Amino acid sequence: MRGLLFGLMLSIALPFGAQAVEPDEILRDPALEERAREVGKQLRCVVCQNQAIDDSNAELARDMRILVRDRITKGDSNQQVIDYMVDRYGDFVLLDPPFKASTLVLWGGPGAIALFGVLAVVMLFRRRKTGGVDEVGQVVTGEQAKPLSDEERRRLDDLLKDNDA
Amino acid sequence: MKRFMYVIPFLVLVIVGGFSVKQLYRVQSGETVDKLPSVLINREIPEFELAPIQGRDRGWGSKDLLGQVTIVNIFGSWCVACQAEHPFLVKIQKEKLVPIYGIDWREKKPDAGPKWLARYGDPYTLVGDDPKSEAAIAFGVTGAPESFIVDKKGVIRYKQIGPINPTVWEETLWPLIQKLQGEPA
Repeated sequence: MRGLLFGLMLSIALPFGAQAVEPDEILRDPALEERAREVGKQLRCVVCQNQAIDDSNAELARDMRILVRDRITKGDSNQQVIDYMVDRYGDFVLLDPPFKASTLVLWGGPGAIALFGVLAVVMLFRRRKTGGVDEVGQVVTGEQAKPLSDEERRRLDDLLKDNDA
Repeated sequence: MKRFMYVIPFLVLVIVGGFSVKQLYRVQSGETVDKLPSVLINREIPEFELAPIQGRDRGWGSKDLLGQVTIVNIFGSWCVACQAEHPFLVKIQKEKLVPIYGIDWREKKPDAGPKWLARYGDPYTLVGDDPKSEAAIAFGVTGAPESFIVDKKGVIRYKQIGPINPTVWEETLWPLIQKLQGEPA
């Protein structure tokens, strides 16, 4: 039982621990290495395209990691290192593309589509609510539904009273 | 109004579908590639200096390109597509159409590049060694082969992703190179 639990926990933890950063790349200064990881997480591996360079085993990603460390060691700020990469590879190299005119559709698109869907659902439900059944039992939508006549209301009250008794 | 609402989903489908088909067609006809655009177009070549490959006494750097129209070609002996492209580069060099500067990218062994060139021919005016991707990253390279057409002022004017073949050469690269060779330095 305990072994099973351990295995389960391990299988959950492992994917998060997957790191491609190799021992020989790691900087001696832990503070600088920490910053290199911070930058590495934000940069896309341009070979595999959906992984951060920190998670990728591609050779180019490795060279990019080394370059990141090289520039950080030489005194670049995190932003300067990121700017250097964007300068050469474009916004594409950022795993989190920035919000600007050219990426408006990318960021706004899903939201707009979701909003459209919610609106459609709301309208559908409102129509259902105000709709009803006409004299011959046909389902009608909101605008056509008639309120109960006095006669119908009296009958309904009687029926409900009978039920209570 | 209500009728119009029913039409909207189909309208969206037609518009999105239309764009998809158009893009697919463009990719297929070779007008555009499904690859990343280079942000370096119309910008000066990045500054770098490469060491020579084993057995040569000269590498090259950004300054070597100035004053002439050049092709910068990124290759590696490990790269199969480069091998496919290579005879055509040799032909360009033999016909003296335009000087080609080579970046020997990421060789595992220092003698791999020179051996490869000895075997398949050397079309390069100068070759630099780039074992750590310094020049490759500076050029925003994502794979080999890639070629850049650089004008006399050292500005990148075109990026060719993938091998240079006779079709690309005749239709795009050669006309552009001829035009650039006519521009003042």
